[in-house]
Amino acid sequence: MTTSNTSAVDYNFDVVRQFTVMTVIWGIVGTLVGVLIAAQLIWPALNFDTPWLTYSRLRPLHTNAVIFAFGTSALFATSYYVVQRTCQTRLFGGKLASFTFWGWQAVIVAAAISLPLGYTSTKEYAELEWPIDILIAVVWVSYAIVFFGTLVKRKTSHIYVANWFFGGFIVTVAVLHIGNSMVIPVSAMKSYSLYSGAIDAMMQWWYGHNAVGFLLTAGFLGMMYYFVPKQAERPVYSYRLSIVHFWALVSLYIWAGPHHLHYTALPDWAQSVGMVMSIVLFLPSWGGMINGIMTLSGAWHKLRSDPILRFLIVSLSFYGMSTFEGPMMAIKSVNALSHYTDWTVGHVHSGALGWVAMVSIGAMYHLIPILFNQGRMYSIKLINIHFWVHTAGIVLYIVAMWISGVMQGLMWRAVNSDGTLTYSFVESLTASYPFYFIRFLGGVLVVTGFLLMAYNMFKTIGAKDGSLKPLEVA
Amino acid sequence: MDYGTLRGFFALLILALFIIIVVWSYSKKRKDSFDDVANSIFEEDKVDSTDNKRHHDKESKQETNNNV
Repeated sequence: MTTSNTSAVDYNFDVVRQFTVMTVIWGIVGTLVGVLIAAQLIWPALNFDTPWLTYSRLRPLHTNAVIFAFGTSALFATSYYVVQRTCQTRLFGGKLASFTFWGWQAVIVAAAISLPLGYTSTKEYAELEWPIDILIAVVWVSYAIVFFGTLVKRKTSHIYVANWFFGGFIVTVAVLHIGNSMVIPVSAMKSYSLYSGAIDAMMQWWYGHNAVGFLLTAGFLGMMYYFVPKQAERPVYSYRLSIVHFWALVSLYIWAGPHHLHYTALPDWAQSVGMVMSIVLFLPSWGGMINGIMTLSGAWHKLRSDPILRFLIVSLSFYGMSTFEGPMMAIKSVNALSHYTDWTVGHVHSGALGWVAMVSIGAMYHLIPILFNQGRMYSIKLINIHFWVHTAGIVLYIVAMWISGVMQGLMWRAVNSDGTLTYSFVESLTASYPFYFIRFLGGVLVVTGFLLMAYNMFKTIGAKDGSLKPLEVA
Repeated sequence: MDYGTLRGFFALLILALFIIIVVWSYSKKRKDSFDDVANSIFEEDKVDSTDNKRHHDKESKQETNNNV
């Protein structure tokens, strides 16, 4: 299917290619930093007594790299591709599209330099200091202009559902980023939040949870609604459900933030609202997941022969799993056990490595041959190996964190008959070591998978145009 | 009208909007056009789309195609 050259429309695939390649590169970098800090939790000497390599500075580097470098590059690549194909028109903006690529890479490089140097606003997932925040805002508004400009000049009458999700994600992330990053600068690399106390905390988690809800969910659902039907070669299970899914998801997610602040200075009523909204959120999440998985109804056999489809469908299983776990953890009494423990870390990674990474990897494997004029990836077998290595890595990771997390929660709350704490904090830490090691192994597997992917990608790009023929499926 | 009552009305408004969206998207009148949209992603490349279309219309269990 070398569709790019048979097509009548002159698509702008250059920017899609750039983002696609960088997605894989940043995938390796982000997970590698993750493995390093996972190792530091077992062998603290691995910070080599250097301030730039301390856990506290590398942890935000890891989260920024995987969310904004890897994940967001994947979103740029797929949204630019999908909006052009479904609107059957060239990307709007010309040079502006290319500015979003270089601007975004500049943001990533700035993050990779400033975070290890210790510049941080201390807001989780929004650590970057104000000059970088301004650059992000400029790039993001350009992104919106390019994306919505393309929608405006579309040649089709309807806007395909994937674009609704991408559009919702782009608008909301702009609002969240600008809202939460309101600061008063006091020097070139230091600023203080405009908000104070509990309001600041609420702003932060309004931002933080909706970064999860719109960047890591709505955006990747846009990816799902195009690439799952495409790879399965059948239309989405229910287009009508996809419309209800979209409106229900975007109108509910925005309220779930307070569940990050249970039992804090946030007013009780706000905590309860956040809890209820988080539980209701289960419904649109599973509606979307079922819509994606059922797209395969009548064609389940394709999973046997197509590892790319397997990545996409298993990503939806992980999505279903973490969107069941999330609402459960948002219940205040459950949260009393899970909060501040490794359970949260396990939950995040089942979403990040299972849902976000797997759906992106599947979409990239679908995209790379099309973008580089090939019929298929260089090695289907390597994709299959990547699938199993990645899956094994996730399972090791999340199972270790679940056990460790529940154990920590139980140890921290255990009291003797006279009311004193049964365990010291250090005792719970010592008990976690074996699980930290299992988590480390899981992380190594994930990085290995990404390295295989990069090899496969460069072999595909390097091959002579059209020399890799699609395999005939029996 | 106090703030609490206003919020109550707002909640009802959102509920009504949601019901309207569900009724709108599940109305039989729109079924055909939604089916076309769902299949539109295969029409971008004419080479294999004819094959796909035939396949989907006849054997697919997708709600998108068969439920009326």
